[in-house]
Amino acid sequence: MNPKPLTLKILDLVSIVLLFAAAYLAIVVAPTEKVMGDVQRVFYFHVGTAWVALIGFVFTAVLSVIYLVTKNLKWDRIQVAAVEVSVVFFLTTIILGSIWARPAWNTWWTWDPRLTTAAIAELIYIAYFMLRQGIDDPDKRARFGAVYALIGGLSAPITFFAIRLFRTIHPVVIAGANAEAEGNFSMSGDMLTAFFFALFAFTVIFIDLFWNRIRLGEFQNEVEELKLKASY
Amino acid sequence: MISVKKLVKRFGLKTVLRGMDFEVKPGEFVALLGPNGAGKTTFLRILASLSRPSLGEVTIAGFKLPNEAAQVRARLGVVSHLPLLYGDLTAEENLRFYARMYGITKDQLRITEVLEMVGLEFRRRDLVRTYSRGMQQRLAIGRAVLHDPEIMLFDEPYTGLDQDACAMLDDVLKTVAAQGRTVVMTSHDLARAEELATRFDILSRGVIAASATRRQVKKSNLLEFYKQALAG
Amino acid sequence: MKKTIDDGRQTIDNRQRMVNRDNQWSIANGQSSASFVKAIGAIVWKDLRAEFRSWELISAMLVFSLLVILIFNFALELDVKTRQSVTAGVLWATFAFAGTLGLNRSMAIEKDRGCLDGLLLAPVDRSVIYFGKFFSNLAFMLIVEAIVLPVYSVLYNTNLFQPGLLLVILLGSVGYTSIGTLLATMSVQTRTRDILLPILLFPVVFAVLLAAVKASGGLLDNSTFADVSFSINLLITYDVIFIAASFMLFDAIVEE
Repeated sequence: MNPKPLTLKILDLVSIVLLFAAAYLAIVVAPTEKVMGDVQRVFYFHVGTAWVALIGFVFTAVLSVIYLVTKNLKWDRIQVAAVEVSVVFFLTTIILGSIWARPAWNTWWTWDPRLTTAAIAELIYIAYFMLRQGIDDPDKRARFGAVYALIGGLSAPITFFAIRLFRTIHPVVIAGANAEAEGNFSMSGDMLTAFFFALFAFTVIFIDLFWNRIRLGEFQNEVEELKLKASY
Repeated sequence: MISVKKLVKRFGLKTVLRGMDFEVKPGEFVALLGPNGAGKTTFLRILASLSRPSLGEVTIAGFKLPNEAAQVRARLGVVSHLPLLYGDLTAEENLRFYARMYGITKDQLRITEVLEMVGLEFRRRDLVRTYSRGMQQRLAIGRAVLHDPEIMLFDEPYTGLDQDACAMLDDVLKTVAAQGRTVVMTSHDLARAEELATRFDILSRGVIAASATRRQVKKSNLLEFYKQALAG
Repeated sequence: MKKTIDDGRQTIDNRQRMVNRDNQWSIANGQSSASFVKAIGAIVWKDLRAEFRSWELISAMLVFSLLVILIFNFALELDVKTRQSVTAGVLWATFAFAGTLGLNRSMAIEKDRGCLDGLLLAPVDRSVIYFGKFFSNLAFMLIVEAIVLPVYSVLYNTNLFQPGLLLVILLGSVGYTSIGTLLATMSVQTRTRDILLPILLFPVVFAVLLAAVKASGGLLDNSTFADVSFSINLLITYDVIFIAASFMLFDAIVEE
């Protein structure tokens, strides 16, 4: 069993520091939003977690292709790590969004395109784990997982597009104005600092957790190998 | 006819076949013997192009697996312990379906010929699910020889058959083999194998542990030979 | 006696045959597009043949559909007013639920007696098997829909036989079955088989159902074809993408 690499140890510490720094910026430094008040502060973490989760899901689809071409189980272990970490981050996004939505939209939940797609994406990746659980042969598990993750990754954007048939109330913060959206706001200097810092912090945290999770997968693999050797 | 070199098959971490070498000359009837879990079925599935080798070379009738699988399949007849037949179709319809899949023209003539050979002509219009286990197995052989393959693979064809059915199956198998086909049969039933095969190969721990022709075995006897091979 | 298999190479095949058949039958070219279509036809033929004898798959889907409609009737209080707005939703929910029954059964038939291996042993491309099963499943789906539609029309005194609506139902069913066939082939090979299919299928087929409901609802609400063209384009896009994806991925889920 190889010891934890020094880079990863440093990254662990950096992640913790960044998390607190991002929280400090979001809660203390950034000014209170005029209309929505303090609850708007949730937004920095909301976007931060969403950003990394979405990158994680895109990465998952890419890993599907890599696995199906190479058939090397290493890529499967990385995919599982990516899906698992992304699912957790995305769940955080949804929960933070709900907290913000209660005062802003006057409801915890609404069937807006982004929210619905988010819910369906979570369901797809939960189904991904249920599928894997039903298969004993590791190669088959990896193949089926890769195929399903790819199908899921293809369908999610189409689903988003389809729900756009309805009107949206989700605010568009970065680009483009949506007249119908409720809760739009523009960001001042300190807000922007907190916002971009949160994006950066969560990217680092994501990479750190992802790396740790891959290592966990390698260890699981090693344990299986040792068990197999012991049984001979 | 069949040439296997350094074949390795892994399922995840488990290695089932470990650098197996195997040669079959045209017209030989090889009985592949070995305890349960020795990898007999896995090996036959690789020959049948249903499973990809992890490493090694498999050549059948001059065609390489897995790249030239379609050509191999056209020359291969497979009988497993499952019938591979549709219960809600008659014997004739089952054969007609497979005849179409193999691109056989004037299939009616061939179907009659095959049904006569396996002794099921009188029940050709009955649903397969009303057949006894033994009759289903004979029809399964009929299905396998439909396209007149040069090579036949039998995977435990006697599983679940009673005494009479076994005797009838013996006759059919002898007929099939007597037409000059190359046959590989897996079995754990030494008596059956002794009656049919011209060569006996013992598969143990993922390699061929011993191989002997019928003449060589006659001097001692098969059971003795089998035990010695397994003892290593 | 000489037998040739026309695939570019000739086999050395000088066996002594006991059966004398003097070239009465032969094996045709194995790779042409004509044989591709023929083999797909063979799979559809055997599925329909077996089904029209036992009726177990279609009858199960049908009875289930009627039960779903019955439940919706009382759960949603389908009086004249509400009916107008929810008919499309009720129909598609019914088709989606009944569809999983059919898909599961259709693929279980292949798995149970090793027939999937039988199909894989045939010297045809893997995509033949996918398209064969796809067309069979689509046929079952359309047959069930063809019976449910008039029954629904009679029960609720509406006319569902409008050309635009039929087109939407066809496009929606194609999308649903294309991905459904792929996922059902996958789910029957797992330990949790029947319970898994709807869980795998519904989240990825959501877009089809949504677009189909929107388009059907619009057409039933006397919108013009142009009004729902967006939904219809979306259905076509989905169908094309997922038939192509399934075609490419099918290999990976049947080969070991």
